[in-house]
Amino acid sequence: MACLSVRGLSLSFGGVDALAGVSIEIPDRSLFAVIGPNGAGKTSFFNCLTGYYRPSAGSVALDGRDITRLGAAEVAALGIRRTFQNVRVFPKLSARENVLAGAHLRASASVLGTLLGTPRHRRGERVLAEEAERWLDFVGLADKAAVLAGDLPYGMRKRLEVARALIAHPEILLLDEPAAGVSSVEREELASVIRRTAADGVTVVMIEHDVELVMQLAAGVAVLDRGRLLVQGTPEAVRADPRVVEAYLGRRQR
Amino acid sequence: MSSLAEGGSGEEDLVFPVAADAPRASRVGFGPLRLSQLARASGLVGLVVLAGFVPSLAQSNYLTSIALQIEILMCLALGLNFVVGYAGMLDLGFAAFFAIGAYTTGMLAVHAHWPILATLPPAVVIALIGAVFVGVPTLRLRSDYLAVVTLGFGEIIQTVVNNLNQTGGPEGIYGIPPLSLGGWTLTTTSSYYEIFLFLVVVFVAVSARIRHSRLGRAWLAIREDEDTAQAMGIKVRRYKLYAYMAGSVFGSLTGSLYAPAFIAIAPPSFGFTESLLVVMAVSIGGIGSIWGALLGAGVVIAFPEVFRQFAQARLLVFGIALVLVMVLRPQGVWPENGIGWRRLAARWLNRDAQSAPR
Repeated sequence: MACLSVRGLSLSFGGVDALAGVSIEIPDRSLFAVIGPNGAGKTSFFNCLTGYYRPSAGSVALDGRDITRLGAAEVAALGIRRTFQNVRVFPKLSARENVLAGAHLRASASVLGTLLGTPRHRRGERVLAEEAERWLDFVGLADKAAVLAGDLPYGMRKRLEVARALIAHPEILLLDEPAAGVSSVEREELASVIRRTAADGVTVVMIEHDVELVMQLAAGVAVLDRGRLLVQGTPEAVRADPRVVEAYLGRRQR
Repeated sequence: MSSLAEGGSGEEDLVFPVAADAPRASRVGFGPLRLSQLARASGLVGLVVLAGFVPSLAQSNYLTSIALQIEILMCLALGLNFVVGYAGMLDLGFAAFFAIGAYTTGMLAVHAHWPILATLPPAVVIALIGAVFVGVPTLRLRSDYLAVVTLGFGEIIQTVVNNLNQTGGPEGIYGIPPLSLGGWTLTTTSSYYEIFLFLVVVFVAVSARIRHSRLGRAWLAIREDEDTAQAMGIKVRRYKLYAYMAGSVFGSLTGSLYAPAFIAIAPPSFGFTESLLVVMAVSIGGIGSIWGALLGAGVVIAFPEVFRQFAQARLLVFGIALVLVMVLRPQGVWPENGIGWRRLAARWLNRDAQSAPR
């Protein structure tokens, strides 16, 4: 069970309201998309969910538990993982080590075990290392394990971020513009990764500008505009909604 | 998720850890050890054995004492490498922990007649207390502020030992008894050389182990991108403190063994210059690289000695060399991801090459 319920979420920077009373219910095991024009508050929304921003009002609850005031590391520990809009891999670590860093909370924390290299510790590390290879394979980077993340092309870095999030076995995965700036070939691979992730029972929430991708993947869509929730519904309903068209294209002059 | 996640967690095969389905080319080898690992291990053992013969090969007390100084700086550099190299925080007062170790050992051995080895645990504990005391309030700061605070901490410790009666004031502590190990009393420079060689080996092993564990990966993640590290569930402030504490343990242990090796200790050995030498060793060698820290320590000590004929100008030459390294090779002489021989070679062979093979 992992459902996110957001109630009356507001965030203001000085006099600017990035978010103004957004309420969204994201059901368990869904593939959910958040769309909206630039500056609509989508990334701010994600940052509030993951403890990077503290909302000025409202609440975020995970399975009924209030997580509004938790820090980013604590939110991550509860099984909410995310990727970043501006791709934030650890550039000087190899792809494999990037993924292993994502497994932080699953790795053995025993310093004594580490120093002595106890069989138990080594087994734990080996299991994680093998799992890291599988996640790299899952996102199509099996042959890039030893390459420094900073040397990977943009699209691969995006997928590496997804592998790094998935090795933590998250309940909820938040993807911030996964398809932005990736080639059409890579976009297909990405769509497949997202689909398989959701099929594995992870609740996926994505911010995406690529309407085709959203229509293709998402079961539910929420549209944000100027910090407010404009519409929420199925992709078809949202696409047909005149308010959405207006938000993106403006009102027709008569 | 479970389909992917749980494979391999049940059945463990201790003799052949290489998974049967592992398709990687690098897994070529036999038994539990890969060939390359075997070669590497024997190379390392050979290197240490060779290093052990340095005093008898050198046949000169001068050279041996230079080598001992290099080892001491190696130990300190490995300690600072946790803080600067792994966790990416600038620490300009690392000599403080060196001083805490040396003075704790010196005072307990001279005034309370403790055996040297018995003074190591209290020295480490005091260093850890110091690290927590300075670290808890300051590690929430970003790196540049931390540099200022650690600089202050280094100055405070030096000022304190310079002014307290118990620490001997400016004269320091002298007549520190030698280290005794199971009936052997170590008095010669070469015997301390061997002790410090052992310490270097232990520190290298500990650094390497930690580097490839949860702790090391968390530190590197913090160094690379603090905010993103949090999204991995890494508690940034706590892990920064761990790095600072790990450094303090290495620093104080080095100081504790430094005291009997040099018989006398005095405040000037623990000042800003010493802290700076350690930072230089780490950054010349290559931030985050164990080999780099060792190499950097060697360069920092040996360079001024080698260029003794320049007399007064040798520090100038040293300074110029430092600037050149930082301009031409900012990642250090031996960076953490390898020297990149192939890339270097490709660059020299074909300067027009757009992209060198990796």
